[in-house]
Amino acid sequence: MSIAFQIVVCGSIVPDPLQTLEPVTTPAGPALKNEMMLPAVLDPWAWHSLFEAAHLAKNNPGSKVWLVCVAPKAKLQQVMMTVAQKAGFELVAIDGPASGFTEAADVANALADAIKAIPGLDMTKLLVFGGWESASRGAGATMQIVGEKLGITDQFQGVDQITVAADGSFEVLERVEGGKHQVSKCAGAPAVLGWATGNLPEPPNNPQIGMANMRTMMPALQKAKPAKIGAEGVTFASVALPKQQRQTKIVKDMSADDIAKEIIAWIQQ
Amino acid sequence: METILILAHTETDGSLAKPALEAIAAGKSLGSFSVGLIGADTQKAANQIAGCGAAKFLAVTGTDFAQPRYATDTAAAEAIAKAAAATMIIVPHTSRWGRVAAGVAARLSGRADTHVTGVTANSITRWYYRQRMEAQMTRTQRPWVIALDPGCVAPIECAAGTAATTTVSVTAVSRTQVTGVKAPEASQQTIRPDAKLLFVAGAGWTKKQADSKTHVPEAAELILGFLNASKASLGSSKSLVDLSGEGQAVLPFMSHLNQIGQTGSTPRHPKGLSTCCHGEEPHTVGWRFVNERRAISLDPNCGWARGKADVLYVADSFAVMRKVNALLAGK
Repeated sequence: MSIAFQIVVCGSIVPDPLQTLEPVTTPAGPALKNEMMLPAVLDPWAWHSLFEAAHLAKNNPGSKVWLVCVAPKAKLQQVMMTVAQKAGFELVAIDGPASGFTEAADVANALADAIKAIPGLDMTKLLVFGGWESASRGAGATMQIVGEKLGITDQFQGVDQITVAADGSFEVLERVEGGKHQVSKCAGAPAVLGWATGNLPEPPNNPQIGMANMRTMMPALQKAKPAKIGAEGVTFASVALPKQQRQTKIVKDMSADDIAKEIIAWIQQ
Repeated sequence: METILILAHTETDGSLAKPALEAIAAGKSLGSFSVGLIGADTQKAANQIAGCGAAKFLAVTGTDFAQPRYATDTAAAEAIAKAAAATMIIVPHTSRWGRVAAGVAARLSGRADTHVTGVTANSITRWYYRQRMEAQMTRTQRPWVIALDPGCVAPIECAAGTAATTTVSVTAVSRTQVTGVKAPEASQQTIRPDAKLLFVAGAGWTKKQADSKTHVPEAAELILGFLNASKASLGSSKSLVDLSGEGQAVLPFMSHLNQIGQTGSTPRHPKGLSTCCHGEEPHTVGWRFVNERRAISLDPNCGWARGKADVLYVADSFAVMRKVNALLAGK
């Protein structure tokens, strides 16, 4: 017997990782230079968690996936054009900043409120997915606070695998120190899973899924409520790029033998 | 004035690990502090740091608190923080505390900052955008939970003795049971956090070489041969790990756990040797916490090296590593 889960994936958008980022100071605090102009992607670990959610839903008929996103509405719409073709989900959009310099607690409050407002939400079937850290704030804090706001005390971070048993209980592999995984068994939903990379490759584009998603996506974007997200109580004394610049010694025309000897001498120092 | 509490969990043998001793050192540098311990048996750990100068030792002890899991760890930390009336709580950013730090702050109606690299009396430094920019900041909210990254502060050195601990009672139930730890066979484990050298393998190992052919089996043999002989830890650039998702030839022992950089880990090793890497900035952030860095690349403008490594050898990594392995084997 399979379990019909309600899987809510939390995520936001971040600048494309290959973009050069530069901090600037604004009246509202630090921000990225030309932030609204930078190409954006769905946060990489949230992206992985969406694939895992879709995979889990596929293997458990009757399951449904929601993607709850806090991001500037216009930017989110652009990113969704790509994301929508990868996995089936219903978008719940929240209009707010995607900056890493905002408070995880504010974002978590907005996400938790949006999750609670999902019609027909059944806590006994709820799995809250997301990235264990973002590529912006990188704190690994938001998912935990969302769980606390929803009263969920079975939480897992750095998840690479979930295996669901016939009775709805599941086994989770979480990353721990030294390239190892901690193995845990949980009695079942509700639970919060902050995903690392998981095991699944990026799914190919599926235009049919994209069309199905778009039917609900545009109304969701139009209905996106603004959320109060900032950095109240926080004062940034400085935000800067690291200045460590090394004087690299370029060694050309040295034989492989000599390089090998030099490397070994250096390793053994 | 802050009421400082340092929280630590015990290891399976009842002792405190290095990250916990680093957190205690960081807390001590700020002034008067208390220590909160969580574990199956906390007395051994308290005795280990009896001479650290803590005003109080608080402990949540019991088999329920031996397992690293959210429900019990959060309840224990919350209870100790309330008993200590702490306004500033410092924890080591281990996987165990990383799982609960923000949840503890939420329960205490406070705030958490994680991946902190430095703490002063009223400010912290931490990274944003995956180690690409560093901020110094402070906040007004209390309690303030600060998760200090391992390796940023020297661990405290103090005399052992007999510490008097105050027991804090907690009732916590969990629907989760930790059943074990899964790790590769010791001989196949390529991630060694305590290694003196980080060996970074880039995508070049699986690309076409001078003869227009790929040499993946030879690359695997050379890399594993070096790791076995040198006991180095293996890291990979993001691109190499992602090749598996793109259906390209991959090194069979390489997983996402080896990944360093933008979406991977940022390991701390005294030395690092990068091979066959090409470097956009997001990928090279995995290099940031390695002290001495050298690189081997055919590209003298390699982004992993220019301005980031101390020495760049412009050479074929296959040829150099073949010689290195032969020398290490005493041939």
